[in-house]
Amino acid sequence: MHFSLRSAYAIYRREMGRAFRTAFQSILSPVLTTSLYFVVFGSVIGARMEPVGGVPYGAFIIPGLLMLTLLGETTSNASFGIYMPRFTGTIYELLSAPVGVAETLAGFVGAAATKGLILAAIILATARLFVPYEIAHPLLAAFYIMLVAASFALFGFILGIWADSFEKLGVIPMLILTPLTFLGGTFYSIRDLPQPWDAIALANPIAFLVSGLRYAFYGVSDVPIAVSLGLTFGFLTVCTIIIAVIFRTGWRLRE
Amino acid sequence: MNEPILSIRGLTKTYAARGGGGGTWALDSVDLDINPGEIFALLGPNGAGKTTLIGAVCGLVRPTGGTITAFGHNLAKDWRSARARIGLVPQELATDMFESVWRAVAFSQGLFGKPYDAARLEEILRGLSLWDKKDAQIRELSGGMKRRVLIAKALAHEPELLFLDEPTAGVDVELRKGMWEQIAALKERGVTIILTTHYIEEAEEMADRVGIIQGGRILMVDEKRAMMERLGTTEAVIDLAAPLADIPAALAGFALELSEGGTRLTYRGGNGEGKGRAEVAQLAQALTRAGIAFTSLDIHDSSLEDIFVGLLGKEREAA
Repeated sequence: MHFSLRSAYAIYRREMGRAFRTAFQSILSPVLTTSLYFVVFGSVIGARMEPVGGVPYGAFIIPGLLMLTLLGETTSNASFGIYMPRFTGTIYELLSAPVGVAETLAGFVGAAATKGLILAAIILATARLFVPYEIAHPLLAAFYIMLVAASFALFGFILGIWADSFEKLGVIPMLILTPLTFLGGTFYSIRDLPQPWDAIALANPIAFLVSGLRYAFYGVSDVPIAVSLGLTFGFLTVCTIIIAVIFRTGWRLRE
Repeated sequence: MNEPILSIRGLTKTYAARGGGGGTWALDSVDLDINPGEIFALLGPNGAGKTTLIGAVCGLVRPTGGTITAFGHNLAKDWRSARARIGLVPQELATDMFESVWRAVAFSQGLFGKPYDAARLEEILRGLSLWDKKDAQIRELSGGMKRRVLIAKALAHEPELLFLDEPTAGVDVELRKGMWEQIAALKERGVTIILTTHYIEEAEEMADRVGIIQGGRILMVDEKRAMMERLGTTEAVIDLAAPLADIPAALAGFALELSEGGTRLTYRGGNGEGKGRAEVAQLAQALTRAGIAFTSLDIHDSSLEDIFVGLLGKEREAA
């Protein structure tokens, strides 16, 4: 299989440049929003809450809040990254270049995932200012954050190809990802829900992601870590296959 | 004769009609060969299929049928090798408006797999009079400059075959002539150029060969000179001092028409290569010899535009 590192790097570099050019929107804004959650739910309200599964409430909500930002921002970044060239017509250059699906994904998805990781690092550092916490499995946490960032960057890429308006671009992150993350155990443990809501909550795939990251942070989770990892890998695989089919058929890319 | 640099056979593109029914034929069995080092002008009215044809070669459009071979590579199979040697300047001014000129052109160089070469980028930008604007955001530039940025981006990977889709659309007359010089300079460097244009004067000025396309079908492909010789005509309008009742026998050998109550003779004939003008000179001498005085003589050679309009008119009548 042919892979042009130079082509992939050119796309990656341009996408990263775009993020730094709009640093307020892509980095400062989500960090500020998440910091407010830490102040209100972590420091102020969290101080009056009982620990959950032995974890102080302020620390308990960190993985969920991190996942909330990571999913939303990575999806938006990747979708915007491919939608804008389609919208402005600059996609002609990508389509006419000797560049295949591998370079395109490495560039667009790699950049979106990198931005997600930078955000995650800043949010974790910011959380330290408001809430004391220790990470039980730091390597697993780093790997899991990377896996989720890559998966949702792929998902965002599909969204950016599917969308034919700015409205559609915002629908999935705003109306699906954010509510599912809130209901996926960001602020509570699913085990604490009364029946049948605990079972219903597990129909939400985001609950598995939050639970997986919480295990990496504190060694406690609502579902086994293997299930969370398997689900995330499965999602990544499905997204990759969909993108490969899109490139093969030219759906929404080539006339 | 060199092998064609680009060979298109039976190229077809249809678009399905909304709600079923018969689709639209954007390209209908197009056959075309482009020779290395030439400037080929593709002429046609709006919606004729010019941009679709370019899009099919450059990877923007998925052909419904036919084959495209560039540099000996079948584009459907060996697209990477072929695309690396093809450049495209699109019709629309599609650029990342917030990017600087330098970064935009450097991006194109990298995207096509070329190593970063600042000297080459400088040469391109200086050649297109963009060097002073290299750090400017593209949105700050005039329309003509944006067009040149698109050309710079297309040249960044040193293509051997360059498509220019309406390169001078919306560009003022002075700048247009400047672009013609730049296109001629590219040809000098051995770049094969295929351009589409609405300005037939542009094709007349620059092209070695001309193709006329309408309704997705190529109506004619020929060398510009041969086309003008074959289809070009000269028209001479002669206003007479006194009316004639009929065309005199002394002028019987000329293709003439008498009008305006016998006070105007109109000659139509010749070719695009001077035969008509020579016959008009002979006609003037014949008029003098016959003692027929005239007050004015107006000669007009048909342009490529006249030929183009005439061909399209005939095609519409036949349809």
